[in-house]
Amino acid sequence: MTYHADEKGYYGQFGGAFIPEMLYPNTEELRQNYLQIMEEPSFVKEFRALLKDYVGRPTPLYFAKRLSDKYKTKIYLKREDLCHTGAHKVNNTIGQILMAKRLGKTRIIAETGAGQHGVATATVCALMGIECVVYMGEIDIARQAPNVARMKMLGAEVRPALSGSRTLKDATNEAIRDWINNPVNTHYIIGSVVGPHPYPDMVARFQSVISEEIQSQLLEKEGIPNPDYVVACVGGGSNAAGTYYHYLDNEDVGIIAVEAAGKGVNSGESAATSALGKVGIIHGSKTLLMQTQDGQITEPYSISAGLDYPGVGPMHAHLFTSGRGEFISITDDEAMTAGLMVSQLEGIIPAIETAHAFAIFGQRKFAQDDIVVINLSGRGDKDLQAYIDYFKL
Amino acid sequence: MKNRIQKKLGEDKKLLSIYFSAGYPNLNDTVSIIQDLEKNGVDMIEIGLPFSDPLADGPTIQKSSTMALKNGMGTDLLFNQLKEIRKTVSIPLIIMGYFNPVLQYGVENFCKKCQEIGIDGLILPDLPLDVYKEEYETIFKKYNLINIFLITPQTSESRISQIDDASEGFIYMVSSASTTGAKQGLGEEQEAYFDRIARMNLKNPQIVGFGISNARTFEQATKTAKGAIIGSAFIKMLSQKGTAGISEFIRPLNHKP
Repeated sequence: MTYHADEKGYYGQFGGAFIPEMLYPNTEELRQNYLQIMEEPSFVKEFRALLKDYVGRPTPLYFAKRLSDKYKTKIYLKREDLCHTGAHKVNNTIGQILMAKRLGKTRIIAETGAGQHGVATATVCALMGIECVVYMGEIDIARQAPNVARMKMLGAEVRPALSGSRTLKDATNEAIRDWINNPVNTHYIIGSVVGPHPYPDMVARFQSVISEEIQSQLLEKEGIPNPDYVVACVGGGSNAAGTYYHYLDNEDVGIIAVEAAGKGVNSGESAATSALGKVGIIHGSKTLLMQTQDGQITEPYSISAGLDYPGVGPMHAHLFTSGRGEFISITDDEAMTAGLMVSQLEGIIPAIETAHAFAIFGQRKFAQDDIVVINLSGRGDKDLQAYIDYFKL
Repeated sequence: MKNRIQKKLGEDKKLLSIYFSAGYPNLNDTVSIIQDLEKNGVDMIEIGLPFSDPLADGPTIQKSSTMALKNGMGTDLLFNQLKEIRKTVSIPLIIMGYFNPVLQYGVENFCKKCQEIGIDGLILPDLPLDVYKEEYETIFKKYNLINIFLITPQTSESRISQIDDASEGFIYMVSSASTTGAKQGLGEEQEAYFDRIARMNLKNPQIVGFGISNARTFEQATKTAKGAIIGSAFIKMLSQKGTAGISEFIRPLNHKP
């Protein structure tokens, strides 16, 4: 049994490429080439060099002593918040920009919700001198002004998605429509482990540097490569895929996925896809998604813009349905409280997405000698205004 | 048993097909639009089952889908509206939509319902060829439904041949690399593409869609192809003039006296 994608991009019953024929040549070109390109020595060398010298990898694996004392277990933090641009997103955009160059593409498009993936894409496009268009929901543009400004400073064009609910899901639709209209010169850098095959697998592979480093760093610190649990927040699920990757098929390592319950799983304002979703098709992938009985995709809600996605990557849908992963939902209030707690116990202000992962200790107990690795996927600078508003700072 | 689409394709003329979003401009316009289109000489109709996230559609059809959903359109309601359509309408009717609503209805249930009503085919752009062949072809055939596949200027010859093999009605020839309603008119590039496809001598006739908006583009498209589909331009007219504008819109397109 494997929890990795098969050659058609299926994780169990989830995944595949449910795309209109207009996108077939684009995704087919990528599918036929991605593994081979990723294995080329020159690609590996360039990717690794940029991760080291530009992104600042390896990111530390930090033993969180005060947090461990509080919850009476051994908690390590994988410090993806220390990556250039402030989150794990850049691991994927570095990989994909190198992929795009090798495929001879001269124009990049991306979608973004909170703006983190948009910034990470604009960054690598600036680095490579490639034209960059980022689609962002009109509502998100208004909510995330600093990231819009960052993208513009980096030379990207930010195009508002005006359709549907004008948030991440619609920005993704617009990016896909752009790709349909520009099938030859353009590469679409998807920001998560979502979309048609080969995206979920390709993005997971680029993010797998996270679990690869955890293995060697834990070996150094604890004398063993495997923790008892790996924990990550899941929106689309790219930081989670990277955190789990090398542990997927090792069932001695527990996988914990933390979803955003918003105002409560049954409040009608939630993004807890495992609890609320049904099997369906979103953005070219068969997965769990929040939808009406008629199969119309519904709008999720979370205080965190990065978890505010109505679906989940097919890898995670499979981890949930197969029982391999343990899924926990955390409300806005629990997440915000945990964000403040981590700030004051460890001196690290986490992104609100990441704060959800820290809130699990309220619901989930661990043994004293358990080793729990939490992926600290992003820093909280971008969320300062939300923290200010919430805590009246 | 020959399906109405196959019979229609056997007629010695160029076919005019119209797409509209069910439930737009008003929730209960569906049946009268279909009847009016047939009365005005339209050969075939694509009834759009609206979807919240229509990936392959440009702004016009996105808007009509969103409005149709706001008006309250849904799968059961559409089937209900069409329940007696075969008492008054005899041209081929195709339901066009995205795969997720069909999946939620249950593919077999959906196909069964289509047969009961007298729907002749389905166009589901995001149901890929391989998945259709592996999982759904037998169900479509059981209910005498023709599945229509798309090709684009970027589709390789080998894939066009596969699609031709899997098709039993017509091939939906997307005129350019675009979403619906995105490009104005047809240029030399499109004509070269139409010629290239014509020279392939496919077993299925082709009907051109995307970028067809008036008599001129209809004629250009049907020089080699069997017919053409107008969608966004028809919907734009509906938004401006409502169903009262149908006969005026169709008249200049009407190649029959």
